[in-house]
Amino acid sequence: MKGGNRVLPGFRLSLGLGVLYLSLIVLLPATTLVLQAAQIRWSELLFYFTDPRLLAAVRVTFIAAICASLCNALLGLLLAWILTRYEFPGRKFADTLIDLPFALPTAVAGLTLSALFAKNGWIGKMLAPMGVEISFSFAGIVLAMTFTSLPFVVRSLQPVIEDLAPEYEEAAECLGATRWQIFWRILLPSLIPALSMGTTLALVRSLGEFGAVIFIAGNMPFATEVVSLMIFTYIGEYAYEAAAAVAFVLLLTSLLILLIVQLLQRRYSAREKL
Amino acid sequence: MIRIIFKTFAATLFLFTAMSAGAQQQILNASYDVSRELFAAINPKFQAEWQKKTGSPIEVQQSHAGSSTQATAILQGLKADVVTFNQSTDIDVLHQKGKLLSPDWRTKFANNSSPFYSTTAFLVRKGNPKNIQDWSDLARADVKLVFPNPKTSGNARYTYLASWIYAYETFAGDEKKIRDFVGKVLANVVVFDTGGRGATTSFVERELGDVLLTFESEVNLIRKQYGEDKYDTVVPKISVLAEFPVAVVEKVATAEGTGKAAHAYLEYLYSAEAQEILAGFYYRVHHPDVVAAHAAQFPALKLVAVESLFGDWQTINETHFATGAALDQLLRRIAQ
Repeated sequence: MKGGNRVLPGFRLSLGLGVLYLSLIVLLPATTLVLQAAQIRWSELLFYFTDPRLLAAVRVTFIAAICASLCNALLGLLLAWILTRYEFPGRKFADTLIDLPFALPTAVAGLTLSALFAKNGWIGKMLAPMGVEISFSFAGIVLAMTFTSLPFVVRSLQPVIEDLAPEYEEAAECLGATRWQIFWRILLPSLIPALSMGTTLALVRSLGEFGAVIFIAGNMPFATEVVSLMIFTYIGEYAYEAAAAVAFVLLLTSLLILLIVQLLQRRYSAREKL
Repeated sequence: MIRIIFKTFAATLFLFTAMSAGAQQQILNASYDVSRELFAAINPKFQAEWQKKTGSPIEVQQSHAGSSTQATAILQGLKADVVTFNQSTDIDVLHQKGKLLSPDWRTKFANNSSPFYSTTAFLVRKGNPKNIQDWSDLARADVKLVFPNPKTSGNARYTYLASWIYAYETFAGDEKKIRDFVGKVLANVVVFDTGGRGATTSFVERELGDVLLTFESEVNLIRKQYGEDKYDTVVPKISVLAEFPVAVVEKVATAEGTGKAAHAYLEYLYSAEAQEILAGFYYRVHHPDVVAAHAAQFPALKLVAVESLFGDWQTINETHFATGAALDQLLRRIAQ
């Protein structure tokens, strides 16, 4: 591994800078979090992690995040497909819109959504007579999470769909495959790695979402409280160690999910190559 | 090239030195969320007063957030010279966790170091359609309430304690009946926002609930801002005394050499001029002339200091607001 053989010069310098940057931006805060969490006593840890209110929040957060991610997996696939394969006026504009959830401050997103879907809001007004309540309910949490994590699925799928040659589909069609078969046996297998990665990123993002959720959730204990709000609550109680411990567990869960998906993906692609 | 860089560098350096040499004294007031407009009105008056007295200019800067959030920020290094909070625990913590001021900060200024105070009152929709008169009405099954989460909002902590105070007086201290009553009030809440302004949005913009519970000052300000023809104020017969404590963050002020100005700033809040502004923002004040002038604005009621009923704030937090304490127990019972 001699630096001189690389395409780009300055391998050592760039590697050093890269590692330093990663350490400062990611590793250092994560370590601080672990150190702060480590100060908690076992008895406190047991006390906080058996608190039914926190457990209820964990359940709400996970179920909502899974619903939101599945929603995004389906609609994100559809959107990515439309945006790469179809030509229509305003496509560029629609493509730009996808990034809006990233560009918009999440608190603004939460406020806007809750205004829109509240009983006196534009959409909420139409849903109210049907007995459907989105703002200040569980559905609101799912909506906010879906909104903020949409770009992950679309943006991970787009380059893959672009690389997917239409010839395969045409060949399949010539050989008499139905549309459903083409989708199921030709298209989906090559999209699965990107789709699962995008969905996982969306899931992990949703698990930690705070700004958008708290404005639309109603934040009722045991019903519509999310884990990130519990962490915020602990900070308000000056229980920094408890906040750090819960945050650490949330972080660990997210990392674990990412790791598992990557392992599955590796096995999947190894099998595909056979 | 190098000369150009050097020149730019020198010029920047010069500019900075010149700026700091001519810089006027600055103090930073870290305050709670909803006091923005209040201090925006007071600060220029103080600046003028200080200039007149000492001959040198001063600038008062403001920073606003929930007061627990502010205390955390100061502990982590926000250089606030003075704090003006809405609950004393958030000042106590500056001593306990950071030794930033002396534990007897309450004795440094008059009236427990609280130049103004308020109480929890009700904002109802015009004409008071649900006929809300006192706390007992808030426990009725047909009444929906809005106030922030007591865990994240000092304002809501007062609301919770006020309902407890009412129940304590009404049921002569019978703990079981008190818990039943406060539980009923909590069960009527439709949304728990994290802060006072969030709750206002829910009540006013989203039209949630029949009653918004918040400080009397906020109740009146909301009415003024969103329409006196849309809302009515209800002041209950008994409620909580909510003092708004102030303190100099001694460690910061000493380090910055702003101790004298910081002290003068807080002292100024007790002057007739400042108290007049405070009363204009519907805060109850102490200055006798101002109190007399605004007597009609503030209905008489029985105000109970939380310390007299519940003990000090640390005890209150442990028995009521900590994880697993009374508030959590009541909320859990509602959820089941």
